[in-house]
Amino acid sequence: MDISKIDHTARELTVRIRRYDPERDDEPRWQEYKVSADPMDRVLDVLLAIKWNQDETLGLRRSCAHGVCGSDAMRINNVNRLACKTLVRTLSGDTMTVEPILGLPVIKDLIVDMKPFFDHYKSVMPYLVNDDPPPTTERLQSPEERARFDDTTKCILCACCTTACPPFWGNQRYVGPASIVNAHRFIFDSRDQAAAERLDILNDAEGVWRCRTVFNCSTACPREIHVTKAIQEVKHAMLTGSLESDRPSQTGHGGD
Amino acid sequence: MNHYHRFDCIIVGAGGSGLMAALESSRRVGTAVVSKLYPPRSHTGAAQGGIAAALANLEEDSWENHAYDTIKGGDFLVDQTAAEILCREAVEGIYELEHMGLPFDRTAAGRISQRRFGGHTRPNPKYDPNAAPGTDAAKPRIPVMRSCHSADRTGHMILQTLYQQCIKQGVTFFDEFHMVDLILEDGECRGIVAIEIATGQLHVFHAKSVLLATGGFGRIFKVSSNAYALTGDGPAIAYRHGLPLEDMEFYQFHPTGIYKLGILLSEACRGDGGIMFNKDGERFMERYAPNLKDLASRDVCSRSIYQEVRAGRGINGKDYVYLDIRAETMNKYKSSPLHPGQDVDSAWVEKRLPDIIEFARTYLGVDPIREPMPIQPTAHYAMGGLPTDVEGRVLRDVSGTPVPGLYSAGESACVSVHGANRLGTNSLVDLVVYGRRAGRAMADYAAARSFAPLPSHPETKAREQIDALLSRPRTEPWAKIRDEMQVTMMENCGVFRTEETLTKARDEIAALKARYRQLGIQDKGSVFNTNLLEVLELGNLLETAEATVAAALARRESRGAHSREDFPDRNDHDFFKHSLVYSHNENQTSVVYKDVDVIYVEKHGERVPKYPLEVRKY
Repeated sequence: MDISKIDHTARELTVRIRRYDPERDDEPRWQEYKVSADPMDRVLDVLLAIKWNQDETLGLRRSCAHGVCGSDAMRINNVNRLACKTLVRTLSGDTMTVEPILGLPVIKDLIVDMKPFFDHYKSVMPYLVNDDPPPTTERLQSPEERARFDDTTKCILCACCTTACPPFWGNQRYVGPASIVNAHRFIFDSRDQAAAERLDILNDAEGVWRCRTVFNCSTACPREIHVTKAIQEVKHAMLTGSLESDRPSQTGHGGD
Repeated sequence: MNHYHRFDCIIVGAGGSGLMAALESSRRVGTAVVSKLYPPRSHTGAAQGGIAAALANLEEDSWENHAYDTIKGGDFLVDQTAAEILCREAVEGIYELEHMGLPFDRTAAGRISQRRFGGHTRPNPKYDPNAAPGTDAAKPRIPVMRSCHSADRTGHMILQTLYQQCIKQGVTFFDEFHMVDLILEDGECRGIVAIEIATGQLHVFHAKSVLLATGGFGRIFKVSSNAYALTGDGPAIAYRHGLPLEDMEFYQFHPTGIYKLGILLSEACRGDGGIMFNKDGERFMERYAPNLKDLASRDVCSRSIYQEVRAGRGINGKDYVYLDIRAETMNKYKSSPLHPGQDVDSAWVEKRLPDIIEFARTYLGVDPIREPMPIQPTAHYAMGGLPTDVEGRVLRDVSGTPVPGLYSAGESACVSVHGANRLGTNSLVDLVVYGRRAGRAMADYAAARSFAPLPSHPETKAREQIDALLSRPRTEPWAKIRDEMQVTMMENCGVFRTEETLTKARDEIAALKARYRQLGIQDKGSVFNTNLLEVLELGNLLETAEATVAAALARRESRGAHSREDFPDRNDHDFFKHSLVYSHNENQTSVVYKDVDVIYVEKHGERVPKYPLEVRKY
């Protein structure tokens, strides 16, 4: 397609941002800004234009600005997304609502405390365990074995999934989808030797059994990881004691 | 001093080189990593196409081939011992990453898969000096599959794997702490001062050795592939302390950034068979690099795009060209690695380049499976940085005197293995090999000595800097200064430069620095004050911009990524040497030069250079 034909007609938007400054506010409040945006702008561009031109006090995290670093997860029009991966043209209406992700304490404006999220992540042994002496070259792994866990290697730890999860909203001791995704990445890696330990960690009231297969996590994932499917595969491995099957669930919950 | 911490080693930055160093040093001595981002947010994670090492898993190769390519790729301004170490240790470095769990793509035999990349070659086994020009046998060197990859998200996998191993090893992290100052006393480094972003409080980190692994500073330019966080903090703070920056005039523009946005579209696109076209549908690289064509080095490809645009051959007469990764195009030109034996299909392309395809669909509204992508060169990588030796020690002068206790690795450092132009994939090799070496060296240094005393109030300068920003009235939006800096750097110190444009850039940067010194900010709060952080970062960008322009003005030749239109030829007689820029007072700079490290060998009883200077052609 000829990009000179892309519509760049400016859209006049009202941006409603949920703000909270612990040094000034007792409660979160809504603040509105008027902006003129190119439909091809990212929501991040819109927020930064507000920050740089209208109100330097607006707080948000950002870094790579193209969906690979995971800094700018937020609720945009009630859905968890990365601000840098959401284009204005994909949003309908002339009002855009932006809030911090749910379930983690708000530090300031759109910035939440990520520590509880990373603590959950660290609790599932998110690293390769293999105590055999390594060979002088690489360990061998067939393309099929490598493909088995490809989907869950894509996780960028943005927390879109975990903070879209109703069971996590209800109970923040639940490790949450992102942690299970990262456990899955190693449980199904043919080179790893600690699947049993990880399954033991997750076989807990605060582990995989909190998952109610709501599928919000899969919808929220900006990397299009099949999060619910990965969780089901972990559950299946726990129930059968086997890592063999690609078909995790007989009840039809597996394929998202 | 409310917040005081003491560690043998402090590592600033949690990208690839910082984490690699942390894995080494934390095994032996007390180590903490101080990073303004959560580690997995670091920009190593945005690297795409691969990491080179001569594993020879798919084709014959050797680390010597890799070293030759690296030196030639850098237009011979590469320190040769450092380049040989890089390429030799790359091999064990890759195996170590694999043992740590890095999920490389695999060959049918289960080995690490490798792909082609620009400037990575091997001798052509069919080479015949008498062959007719243009025939395969006339090419002395041919592309080689050397880049180890995990689809087009190799950097993501490296960053994740290193962070995972740091968790396993129990490395201490201070996440979201932003370095404001270095503590240099009696000519040696004794720690850093950092602001805890969540509270706004200053922390003093007392250390025996400090590693600056803060990455690049591509945000000095308007169109860049770099993250917002890449603001040159380590080099800028050291420069402000009177330490030199090396080879700053060499800044790489990656040929294939998404038009206007600058988001990187990996060189793996071309390594896997993608081709660039001008508005006439011509594969223009055939004219500029008859042998390697689209796989010529990045500086050559970026200049070629600019020249096509200047000649009116940009698409629609505009300032961009097309990058085409459609299977039908690769089959027509027989350019994929499966050719000549086998054609490729769209599924193959999607499997090799999934993220690239998604970027184009998301940000351009273009589906690269069906249509070509509009691209333009994007500011990508600093070959220059803090001068270091092969142990990562920061050097203070042309004779190579180290600053005791101060180390640097990765993009913030200049070893120099990239010379005047870095080859694709070699940044990842650099951070693995030299991150590890620096980590070892700083741990050795720390283990052998006790803590030297700190000055009485090491945080004073940082506090004054911050208080001034918070107390001054807001004179103008700080972002205006940043925007003007990015425009002048892009227009006057970009791919092509002249005395005239550089002088203009120098004067404008000086004027911007003067305005910066008057700047106040709107957000006066303590909690997560990103207004303050962005302004501190802008101060660092202005320093690196100043050094870049000063070095570019002084180098009156064209070499690698530095193209002076008023001095179009390489001048080995006067400029076969590295520059060091020093800052004096506010806008005064000076540039001095040091020799390139050259390896000599015995040949027919004579001592001759192992890598003789040659005219660089692809």
